Amino acid sequence: MLKDITLGQYFPGDTPIHRLDPRTKLLCLILFIVALFCARWLVTYGLVAAALIACIVISGVSFRALTKGLKTVYIIVAFTAVMNLFFTPGTPIADVAILRHATWEGARTACFMMARIVMLIMGSFLLTYTTSPIALTNALDKLLGPLKKLHFPVHELTLMMSLALRFIPTLIEETDKIMSAQKARGADFESGNILRRAKALVPILVPLFVSAFRRADELATAMESRCYHGGEGRTALHVLRYRTADYIALALFVLLTAAVIVLRRFGL
Amino acid sequence: MIETKQLIFTYPAEEGREPSPALRGVDLQIEKGSFVVVLGHNGSGKSTLAKHFNAVLLPSGGAVYVDGMDTRDELVTLEIRRRVGMVFQNPDNQIVANVVEEDVAFAPENLGVPTAEIRRRVDDALAAVGMGEFPTHAPHLLSGGQKQRIAIAGVIAMEPETIVLDEATAMLDPVGRRDVLAAVHKLNQERGITVVLITHHMAEAVDADRVVVMNRGEIVMDGAPAEIFSRVEELHALGLCSPDTVELLYGLNRGGMDLPLTAISVEDCADAIAVALGKME
Ligand SMILES: Nc1ncnc2c1ncn2[C@@H]1O[C@H](COP(=O)(O)OP(=O)(O)OP(=O)(O)O)[C@@H](O)[C@H]1O
Ligand SMILES: [Mg+2]
Repeated sequence: MLKDITLGQYFPGDTPIHRLDPRTKLLCLILFIVALFCARWLVTYGLVAAALIACIVISGVSFRALTKGLKTVYIIVAFTAVMNLFFTPGTPIADVAILRHATWEGARTACFMMARIVMLIMGSFLLTYTTSPIALTNALDKLLGPLKKLHFPVHELTLMMSLALRFIPTLIEETDKIMSAQKARGADFESGNILRRAKALVPILVPLFVSAFRRADELATAMESRCYHGGEGRTALHVLRYRTADYIALALFVLLTAAVIVLRRFGL
Repeated sequence: MIETKQLIFTYPAEEGREPSPALRGVDLQIEKGSFVVVLGHNGSGKSTLAKHFNAVLLPSGGAVYVDGMDTRDELVTLEIRRRVGMVFQNPDNQIVANVVEEDVAFAPENLGVPTAEIRRRVDDALAAVGMGEFPTHAPHLLSGGQKQRIAIAGVIAMEPETIVLDEATAMLDPVGRRDVLAAVHKLNQERGITVVLITHHMAEAVDADRVVVMNRGEIVMDGAPAEIFSRVEELHALGLCSPDTVELLYGLNRGGMDLPLTAISVEDCADAIAVALGKME
């Protein structure tokens, strides 16, 4: 069950999307999100969806992989949709039973809301699927670089991020092992009310934390042994460089966002 | 060359406990290019000693010199750590990146090596440990032995003079252990890198130039493998044992045979037994 968590997963590949500079991809994602939140009606949503689909096709990431990651958020999506359906004021859908409380406006908002959340998640997943976490943290490091002048610990932050991403699979594996070990001792995680289940988690969390601290300690020694001494004077194996493709991609996404903002004024 | 002089080290004690030193006056010289195995039962101070070799721990008393540099001198700490690479027991806790080549590049990046040179070192280090085909793999999908070889490559990329392996094979299966040891021996022979191998597997000590045995924070035996392992009773008294070959010869001797305990490799042991049996007939 824990294996389903796809956060931070990366599928190596060699498509134009994979080859883009991670900074470009990050900026494009931000532009995409802005466009998504400005989208209003069929035309603007259609534009944003078209851009997303184009990116997915070019990236060669399978649709299945993207929707698999969505499983965990289906509940939230469904919940928001239902809330919108019933709590948006407007014309009732029909004069029978429960439908009296559902409105056409609500249905419309619910649909767009679902589309928005799904596209938002797919877009973000597409970024993490096509960009190695290290490249992503390098990109953040570079993009936030100017903040270093304000003594903002950019390097420390991005290092923490990349270490966290590095240890997610290790800790998930460990959690699985601990759960099996506790099950073998007769622990029961599946039955009982919420309070009981929460209590059953304690024997998992305690050993997990203990081992995480031990790991952190060993990792710190190992990093020191490999001459880590902060971000000062560090060089990089992969130097980030903007190429023509990056400028084109950025231009396209700026255009997309601009188009959506303009079109929404016309109520499209 | 690494040199310790009357090295004493005491860990800070827990409240209300009497601190007892983990190292009690260790004098040791490790020659450049040699292959030294350190043995000793749990808690004898092997890891503590190893951490002094690259200034992760600093002496409470006495001194440690790496190529003449005092490890207490902060100005040379980085240079000492570059010269003395360290590989630890659990591969999962020393790999820092999600991509093999990024991990191997970590140390040279820290040292400020130029990008082109990092590339060269990463490829060279991965080839040296026989992992050249895996530069873009995710480390957590590799086997234990492969991970440990990545960790070694990460150290090689610093172009060190010495590699210290602290029970680096302890968590591996026999195949992984064999691969890691082969990689280490190759580095020792082909590049003249000094190797300090800490282990509980006596068989790993057979091919070493020198075996150092520790007990309660002191060095109690020091010499060539054949010499050390032939002192079977002394080893038993320290809670250790000789390699299986020597234990076998020792057992046969106790049964009334007269075999040389210096035949530590399987071939020598077999020959010695064959000769003895031939004589008996
Ligand atoms: N971080 C620490 N804090 C306090 N005491 C420690 C610490 N690490 C080790 N010790 C103590 O120092 C002594 C030597 O430990 P050390 O880890 O060097 O032994 P070792 O020979 O490496 O053992 P092993 O074979 O189990 O790895 C032990 O008595 C141990 O309890
Ligand atoms: Mg140890």
